[in-house]
Amino acid sequence: MNLLEHQGKALLAVAGLAIPRGRLCRNGAQVAAAAAAIGGPVAIKAQVPSGKRGKEGGIRFATGPAAARQAASLLFKSTILSHKVAEVLVEQRLEIRRELYLAVAVDAATKGPVVLLSADGGMDVEAAFCGNPLAVRRESFDIIDGLGDIARDRLVRGLGIDEAALADFVRGMIALWRRHDLELLEVNPLVVLADGSLVAADCKAVVDDAALFRQSDLPKVAWSGTELELRAKELGLNFIELDGNVGVLANGAGLTMTTIDLVALFGGRPANFLEIGGDAYTKGKAALELVLANPRLKSLVVNFCGAYARTDVMAEGIVSAWEELAPSLPVFFSVHGTGEDEAVDLLRRRLGVEPFELMEDAVKAAVEAAR
Amino acid sequence: MILRHSDRVLVWGITGRQASFWTERMIAAGTKVVGGVNPARAGGVHLGLPVHGDGASAGGVDIALLFVPPAAALGATTDAFAAGARTVVVLTEHIPLHDVMAMHALARRAGGRIVGPNTAGIVTPGEGFAGIMPAFNPRVFQPGSVGVVSRSGSLGTLVCLNLVRAGLGQSAFIGIGGDPLPGTSSAEALAALDADPATRAIVLVGEIGGRMEQEAAILARTLATPVVAFIAGAAAPPDRRMGHAGAIVTGADVGWEAKRAALEAAGVAVAETPAQLPALLRAKL
Repeated sequence: MNLLEHQGKALLAVAGLAIPRGRLCRNGAQVAAAAAAIGGPVAIKAQVPSGKRGKEGGIRFATGPAAARQAASLLFKSTILSHKVAEVLVEQRLEIRRELYLAVAVDAATKGPVVLLSADGGMDVEAAFCGNPLAVRRESFDIIDGLGDIARDRLVRGLGIDEAALADFVRGMIALWRRHDLELLEVNPLVVLADGSLVAADCKAVVDDAALFRQSDLPKVAWSGTELELRAKELGLNFIELDGNVGVLANGAGLTMTTIDLVALFGGRPANFLEIGGDAYTKGKAALELVLANPRLKSLVVNFCGAYARTDVMAEGIVSAWEELAPSLPVFFSVHGTGEDEAVDLLRRRLGVEPFELMEDAVKAAVEAAR
Repeated sequence: MILRHSDRVLVWGITGRQASFWTERMIAAGTKVVGGVNPARAGGVHLGLPVHGDGASAGGVDIALLFVPPAAALGATTDAFAAGARTVVVLTEHIPLHDVMAMHALARRAGGRIVGPNTAGIVTPGEGFAGIMPAFNPRVFQPGSVGVVSRSGSLGTLVCLNLVRAGLGQSAFIGIGGDPLPGTSSAEALAALDADPATRAIVLVGEIGGRMEQEAAILARTLATPVVAFIAGAAAPPDRRMGHAGAIVTGADVGWEAKRAALEAAGVAVAETPAQLPALLRAKL
């Protein structure tokens, strides 16, 4: 879950880290009032979960309430990278002397946290991670022990920046990253003002979805996706809508991706990614309803290879839903693994369908039928 | 990470419904299951096995098998390494990332190994298995000489099924799991299979995301055992997350084409579909 800029900054502020004076606004009148209260030049920033907001015109500058209101009116009507702008953050415009990059991230190689600090702002986390070690400082640390004093000193020293203030930012951001189960906490840019003090001009915080059960005090973020994707999310199913016409229903992320790959390899176009692996294997009925709700669908391939997921339970869900919905769509099955004999028997008896021995053949038949 | 018949397996969360189902099958397949752990049922007997309050009370364990909910995985891992487990096989999916990192830190301190999280387990046909793989299904698993490494349980099952259909059995299956931070990498599993005298060829089942396939390719150049591969995700749209990788920095090209190119440059034949794997293997054997 990606927090919005203003939500991330609220966390920084609670941790005692400096953020620009600002106010969240939902309409032009609020923007004008905020600009008047802040005084002087302001930045008006669309609150959308995208790092490329600046390049897409999502940040405007203005001086005075009337100009601010006019600038905001353009933002409120716009869509930025498929996100409708409903809120803007009005902030004092900073007098920037230098821009830094500071992030706490997770490194796949060490399987642990890493702090990235650069004297140049404006990069993303992968670029910072891969960047020239002379330009980007990296300190990996043990999550149980935390970042030691020596490593922190090594990180902040010799940049010509107030070392104590920078160390406070590093310490505070690691504490926030840890407390809120963040995958990434990035301040980009971390601005050095004329007086040498530090202010977080932007903030990106990515919360680990698997930890939301113990992060109930964090703000909720509206999940973005298509109507069907939102319905799937509510049902606890992993579903992604694609633009083709061959429906795909399989168990496990690996097998489902492979099924989609084969649809494409054999010249077809997959309509969706939908897996009912893990504990979702009992949701066959809901899954089928989701796939069938797509009006572009021309055929369907159902590919099960059960280990933990019992194919007889999945098949029972599919067969029941099929009988109830009675779609006129051609469907092609391949079923193997745990519960296979019962599943195949069910398909023969109640749908009169013979599953294919090879998934390759089931996919080929579905691609053929969709032409 | 290759399970042997002599390995003492202790099951955390043994009294649960799924854990009971799979533990019975593990025992039937010859696995030396010595008991289970559940603090709420300590002193009891389940499936004819002693249930302990903690791992240390079991009096010795080689492989810890974790059948616990996400919030309990870190505690169970702490307990397992304290009890002297060499390997902790973590089946649990959706463990908070910070807990997974702490589990890896504990493994480093203990000099032990984590397989998973979100693995379907490890299987050695004819010796036993620990996990949720259909090791008892003779159409999927037969004793043989092909080692299989897979990130995915479902796709790994399909590959094993294709091997048996073609008359090829397995020396071992190592499920490394779908977690963004796996305790055991593809390359480490490859090295273990290469060192195993029963393994004459290896199938690597990978997927897009992360850099494990590229690391495996570098290692494959140096191995005596031939390797073939299938990589899932060739047609996955690059901007959508289909696997499990979160906002983890890897510093590598995580796409399908980069993985295929790295493997083929290392002499690893990459199959277009899973059914092609047996023929690729036969060409190498």
